[in-house]
Amino acid sequence: MRDLLQFMQEQSHKIFSQLLAHIGLTSISLLLAIIIALPVGIFIARKPKWSAPVLGFVGILQTIPSIALLGFMIPLLGIGPVPAIVALFLYALLPIVRNTYTGITQVSAPVTDAARGMGMTPAQILTKVELPLAFPTIMAGIRTAAVINVGVATLAAYIAAGGLGEFIFGGIALNNSNMILAGAIPAALLAIILDYLLSLLQKIKISKIRRRFYLIPLAAILLSSFYLAPSFSGSSLLAGFTPEFMGREDGYLGLKKVYNLDMRSVVVSDAVMYKAAFEKNLDVISGYSTDGRLRAFDLITLVDDKKIFPPYYVAPVIRIEVVQKYPQLESVLNILSGKISDSIMTALNYKVDYLKKSPEKVAKDFLIANNLFHEELAPGKNTIRLGSKIFGEQYILTAMYSMLIRGYTDLKVEAKTGLGGTKICFDALTNDQIDMYPEYTGTALLVILDAKPAVVKGLSGDKNKVYEYVKQQFKKNYDLAWLQPVGFNNTYALMMRREQAKALNVESISQLVQTIGSVK
Amino acid sequence: MIKASGISKTFKGNIALHPLSFSVERGENMAILGTSGSGKTTTLRMLNRLIEPDAGTVTIDGKEALLQPVEDFRRGIGYVLQHHGLFPHYTVAENIGIVPSLLKWPKEKIKKRVADLLEQLHLPNSYAQKYPHELSGGEQQRVGLARAMAADPPILLMDEPFGALDAVTRAAIASEFKVLPLLQEKTIVFVTHDVQEAITLADKIILLHEGKLQQEGKAADFLFRPINAFVKDFFETNLLQYQLQSLTLKDITASLKISRAGDPKALHSNQNLWEVLQIISTAEESDSFFFRGNDKIYEVNSELIFSALSHFKNSVHA
Repeated sequence: MRDLLQFMQEQSHKIFSQLLAHIGLTSISLLLAIIIALPVGIFIARKPKWSAPVLGFVGILQTIPSIALLGFMIPLLGIGPVPAIVALFLYALLPIVRNTYTGITQVSAPVTDAARGMGMTPAQILTKVELPLAFPTIMAGIRTAAVINVGVATLAAYIAAGGLGEFIFGGIALNNSNMILAGAIPAALLAIILDYLLSLLQKIKISKIRRRFYLIPLAAILLSSFYLAPSFSGSSLLAGFTPEFMGREDGYLGLKKVYNLDMRSVVVSDAVMYKAAFEKNLDVISGYSTDGRLRAFDLITLVDDKKIFPPYYVAPVIRIEVVQKYPQLESVLNILSGKISDSIMTALNYKVDYLKKSPEKVAKDFLIANNLFHEELAPGKNTIRLGSKIFGEQYILTAMYSMLIRGYTDLKVEAKTGLGGTKICFDALTNDQIDMYPEYTGTALLVILDAKPAVVKGLSGDKNKVYEYVKQQFKKNYDLAWLQPVGFNNTYALMMRREQAKALNVESISQLVQTIGSVK
Repeated sequence: MIKASGISKTFKGNIALHPLSFSVERGENMAILGTSGSGKTTTLRMLNRLIEPDAGTVTIDGKEALLQPVEDFRRGIGYVLQHHGLFPHYTVAENIGIVPSLLKWPKEKIKKRVADLLEQLHLPNSYAQKYPHELSGGEQQRVGLARAMAADPPILLMDEPFGALDAVTRAAIASEFKVLPLLQEKTIVFVTHDVQEAITLADKIILLHEGKLQQEGKAADFLFRPINAFVKDFFETNLLQYQLQSLTLKDITASLKISRAGDPKALHSNQNLWEVLQIISTAEESDSFFFRGNDKIYEVNSELIFSALSHFKNSVHA
């Protein structure tokens, strides 16, 4: 609890600006939704034939998962507040349209009949009878929409629209509960307060509504201005970082400390980040250095010349008893050593992740092209069990190891691919469920060994020192052997579009920092 | 005052009303009587253009209804609904003031008119600031009438005006409306399925069945000279009561004796025979009853009434 308060106090400035962005997103989208949904609701109350298709359509919008809807917005509207507001606007439509429709159609027939019979015009019936009587129902719809929007607006952090989601998703990625709560608590309070304020409006005496009705849009515009005022002005490059990257020492924090990087940045999900960089919505992004999308979108990685990103070299991790039992295995598994550079791995990932080729096909093609492929030998009776984590690069490596083992030894291979994460793979290995899997040095250091900052600093990001350290620790603590690294380094990296980097003459992070300084 | 010529209406292929013509004179009360689905409400609603007739014309005071701006036209006709149709979000005063404010009367004038109407309808002035749901059914119906009469329209249309009330309230309100000075000069058309209401309140009745006019005339015409089997059957139950209700003392003077002495205050020549019988039957047997008609004083008792009734029937059938 004290931790949380301290965290919130330290981050109060950030929380405040995220809160303003959140209020802005919610109220602009709500205002737009009211402007559109109210007339639509009135229209379908007048023309019942239209009610089913219109309500059906806005209902379908509501069923689209929020992340998917935000995803659809990227190609159309890019990233940032605009697509977020449009998505929130679409979500707010259903409750307002439906409640307006219900509110008006539930006005009792004798009342509207009397209104007509007394000679009220249709406009007078609407403004003096139907809307005032439907008002509580309409307000209930607006309240529902407001609460939904406060919730969905947290997801806006995924597409660089800001808001309290930045803390929430950063906290989830970093497993930092204080950070999650620093976003979640203000979001919950905001929902409650907004709902309460609207409930006050709902209870206003109906006869006085006409004048006060204008207060809603006025208030919404006022709240919206909070958000619009500090808009994305300034001309220099724009960076998009994942929530996790924003909170990591070997991420944004390190960039600021070590490189003195000071650039405009937004928080964005890695699912849309690469595409956004390609479409020039972002100039610099944080990614993984062997991600296939680097190639798909023609991005290059900047050299980490001050070594803030720890090395993530991949190597087979295998139980020592297995190596001893099958001495021929070690040399076979080491065949790949030094064969796959960053760019080769990127290309292989590209084929699997982007061109949707099977990992086995990609692995086989690679081995054949490098004259490493052997036809299967007649299998003996012993079996090696391979594991892999659940993403393309691991599948490719496992497929290669399977083929090599079958081609160079008489061992049978059983592949258990797609084990959820680091912890699952590692536990499977230590519990004799699998015999080996490919692991990354950085992950072993930070996640499995949970090395203290002093240790990490002592290794100073040197790839060999880190490799030797984890190898030694694994042997000592777990009876596990690290074989030779494959060669590529799948670490965090800053990326830019190739042509832009060329035009600005930027190849390393230091050069990027200089460029930004000079542009300012 | 009101003249309907050949008005008809079809809803989605179903004939709601075959061509119908009738006229209502100034100050006359006409009842549109019929069973459910007979087209009586359709007929009424065509008079203030809540339903536009497929064919035929409605003229009010010689001016064709369809040629006037519809809202202005409706503001000149009072309209009372079965389920009062009061605006739940308006106070009683605001409800009554709707048409005057549509007609842009000054506020003071509206306020005065509201107070005036509340008094005429025997509602306390404090009701002005109440909301409709705080009132009883009978009070709501009276406010509904006050609202319809607010701008003093010469014509009043009422759709089952007492239909939503319980039997006791219904009878009380109906007899109250009948003698209301406010309504005396008005031309009134009302829809009802209640025979007694039609007989006691209307000067003239039209009876509809399945969208067709069955008979038109005074109450006594239907009861003593039914035109067809439907009309006869329609009034069959309680026929005697209806017949007594359809005749007043002044209708039977020919069968009564002129009396030289006696107090005529107890009865009035406009009272119907049913009411008179009720008064006689609750009195002592020895009491005598008199009334004044054509400047003469007549004596009346139950025997005389029944003999007058059979005399009346015979004279009709002759």
